[in-house]
Amino acid sequence: MNGALTVRNIVVCALLVALVLLPAYVKLTGNIFVLTLFTRIVILGLAAVSLNLILGFGGMMSFGHAAYLGIGGYAVGILAHEGVYSGFVQWPVALFASAVFALVIGALSLRTRGVYFIMITLAFAQMAYYVIAGLARYGGDDGLTIYKRSQFFAPLDLTNKVQFYYVCVALLLGAIYLVHRLVNSRFGLVIQGSRSNDLRMRAIGFPTYRYRLTCFVIAGTLCGLAGALIANNTDFVSPSMMYWTRSGDLIIMVVLGGMGSVVGPLIGAVALLVLEELLSGITEYWQIILGPLLLLVVLFARGGIDGLLSQIRARAGA
Amino acid sequence: MTTLFIEQCLNGVQFGLLLFLLAAGLTLVFGIMDLVNLAHGSLYMVGAYFAATLTAWTGSFVLGAVLALGATLLVGMAVEVIAMRRLYGRDHLDHVLGTFGLILFFDEAVRLIWGPEGLSLPLPSWLNTSVTILPGIQYSAYRLSIIVVALAVAAVLYLLVMRTRVGMLIRAGASSREMVGALGVNIKLLYTLVFGLGAALAGLAGLMQAPILTVQIGMGENILILAFVITVIGGIGSIRGAFIAALLVGFVDTLGRSYLPDILRLVLSPNAAATAAPALSSMLIYLVMAVVLVVRPEGLFPAVRK
Amino acid sequence: MSEPLLQVEHLAKRFDGIVATDDLALTVEAGELHAIIGPNGAGKTTLIAQLGGQLAPDSGRIRFAGNDITALPMYRRGRLGLARSFQITSLFLDLSVLDNVMLAVQAHAGHSFRFWRNARSEQQLHEPALAALARVGLADRAHRLTSALSHGEHRLIELAMALAGRPRMLLLDEPMAGLGPEESARMVEMLRALKQELTILLVEHDMEAVFALADRITVLVYGRVIATDAPAEIRANAAVRDAYLGEAEGADHV
Repeated sequence: MNGALTVRNIVVCALLVALVLLPAYVKLTGNIFVLTLFTRIVILGLAAVSLNLILGFGGMMSFGHAAYLGIGGYAVGILAHEGVYSGFVQWPVALFASAVFALVIGALSLRTRGVYFIMITLAFAQMAYYVIAGLARYGGDDGLTIYKRSQFFAPLDLTNKVQFYYVCVALLLGAIYLVHRLVNSRFGLVIQGSRSNDLRMRAIGFPTYRYRLTCFVIAGTLCGLAGALIANNTDFVSPSMMYWTRSGDLIIMVVLGGMGSVVGPLIGAVALLVLEELLSGITEYWQIILGPLLLLVVLFARGGIDGLLSQIRARAGA
Repeated sequence: MTTLFIEQCLNGVQFGLLLFLLAAGLTLVFGIMDLVNLAHGSLYMVGAYFAATLTAWTGSFVLGAVLALGATLLVGMAVEVIAMRRLYGRDHLDHVLGTFGLILFFDEAVRLIWGPEGLSLPLPSWLNTSVTILPGIQYSAYRLSIIVVALAVAAVLYLLVMRTRVGMLIRAGASSREMVGALGVNIKLLYTLVFGLGAALAGLAGLMQAPILTVQIGMGENILILAFVITVIGGIGSIRGAFIAALLVGFVDTLGRSYLPDILRLVLSPNAAATAAPALSSMLIYLVMAVVLVVRPEGLFPAVRK
Repeated sequence: MSEPLLQVEHLAKRFDGIVATDDLALTVEAGELHAIIGPNGAGKTTLIAQLGGQLAPDSGRIRFAGNDITALPMYRRGRLGLARSFQITSLFLDLSVLDNVMLAVQAHAGHSFRFWRNARSEQQLHEPALAALARVGLADRAHRLTSALSHGEHRLIELAMALAGRPRMLLLDEPMAGLGPEESARMVEMLRALKQELTILLVEHDMEAVFALADRITVLVYGRVIATDAPAEIRANAAVRDAYLGEAEGADHV
């Protein structure tokens, strides 16, 4: 994102401002539903931003990213079930568990590329799904109810919808900034170069494997944070959070929003979830439209919404 | 004890052969058209749904199955003409995304047409019996017929791959349009037929398992993963690899689920064994895949790729 | 006499029954421009690939600057000062021209586990990159998207990338490939200037360029060296004429 006053930049800024000011709107109109919806959007936006780090910038097409939502969520859920309610314990555990899983999966998967990589990340994430679904003690297939949200210091109370919303927004904005710095750093250039032409990167002197693995771990950890947030948002975790089709949903958000920028995925999350709300009001079979829509985006609008917005400038500026 | 073991081994073979039918279609399409098709599982689902409906409609299991197979073939070819054609030659990411969109479409379409509940496909009485395969050992006639049919299909596929021009292309791992054209083959038609064949194989697997397992939305997504694991283990593009890997996966999964709880009880407390068993048995196949990846990342029988 | 900068002994490589490199011996002295010529299929690119580390030889030894690099991975050779350009342009097409060269600089400028600071603002990175681009005359294109440039300019970026790491020796695999007469002449002048500063091993089909630039020429046929000598002697060498130069003399460079 450069500083120029383009249509795209205006839209992005407006979106970020709107997200920050949303609770004020809710207060004025009393429309709590919007707050609930957007809390979910912000959390999934965080997950999508983390995915784009490896997908858009790193060119690593992982079809198992939703696994970290599950791992982060269940870290909170399991600890709460066992009586540990402190967020200072739960959340670091969620991050750590996600990081370890990403490290192990990444170490194995990143030795492959292309189609193999896609299938392998998918398979390992499913493995995690089955493992968690097999934990009868923690609800198994039925899921696990969380009776008490993560506790931090007073006055921070995550059961307060507005406070929780702002925690999510703060973390999202923090993540966006982090990813922004990451992709423009030396590390980020190596990741982008590796996406563009990995063989060449190795030929000029970069041991790319270790950088890509690090990127993979960072992305997984960030997504684990989103998982912990989901657990608190819904007071419930279930293995379906990490089913491989959820990974597909995340990928849709990233592609729909735009893979080439840091905020693209957030745009995608907003677009997808708002679209879902609008369409499901019209028909319960809205996914029948979404499916072909995705195919069309893939065929004709690869840059996603962000790409389309950026083109407005190009044409106007000529 | 041994009877149970033999029965489980046969179940492993049966499951493996079913998986082979599914994986063969997947790997065939990838080998010839270089296309990653996530919606392959949807064709599996469609086969099962067609079979359930057509069997009920015609009153005959076999007739219903054959019609369902034809219907799935047609659906497959239609999908190829309408959607897949535009994906050839593109990035694999595009394939994954596009076909994922198809999954959503098919799941909703099925829900629209058949409702969210799922269907059942009861076995006709002549199949719903046991057969004595060895002195003192009975086995489900239907499961036996699955094994027979699947082996027959595998044999036909083998002949196709080894004895025909199309087979030559498969073995060469050819996804080069020029080479195909040079052999005097109408490439558009070839691709449509190959995709249709893959769809038919998936549909066959779907309808055969329907009486014993399930006919419901999302069944394709569940089993697709196993098909992927098999193609990774066997080597993408290799039918022979898919066959071996499918049998391996079928065995490991079936026997693992049966015997793992007992094995675990040898080393863990009964309680711990009961908790760990389901989770571990699910993991088994992926552990096998992980081991194969470490030892031979290209798979056991990788086809020659460009 | 000091040790040659590059020493290759008994290098051999087969591909399923085809002998690509056959008991090959080669030395390159520091400061010289040594050309490798030979008919198509002689194994020139295979040789470069083994020297650069993209391909592992079946047997033999490669010594560079006193180090045995035979089994050394690609990226370590770059760090020792051995840089390679590619016959088939292999750039980062979706990044800017400057980014391409900057990455080549970055590879030798310490580790890249730096997550915060904006890399493009690092003087240590963009100065040498801009300098290398200036050397090849592309400084004004620095911020364009690489895919927008012509093939000839891509070959120049290739060269800039090889130079960016400040190598001691360049392995150039057909830098003239696909260039028109004007661009070829430009490239020859560039290489002539570069000769003053570093050692070059040049694989080329363009005989004019080869005879204009080379201090010594090695002729490769079926993976074997049939002659290594000064250009005049090579031109006069009967075996070389029979095997290769006879056909190349009247032919256009590819």
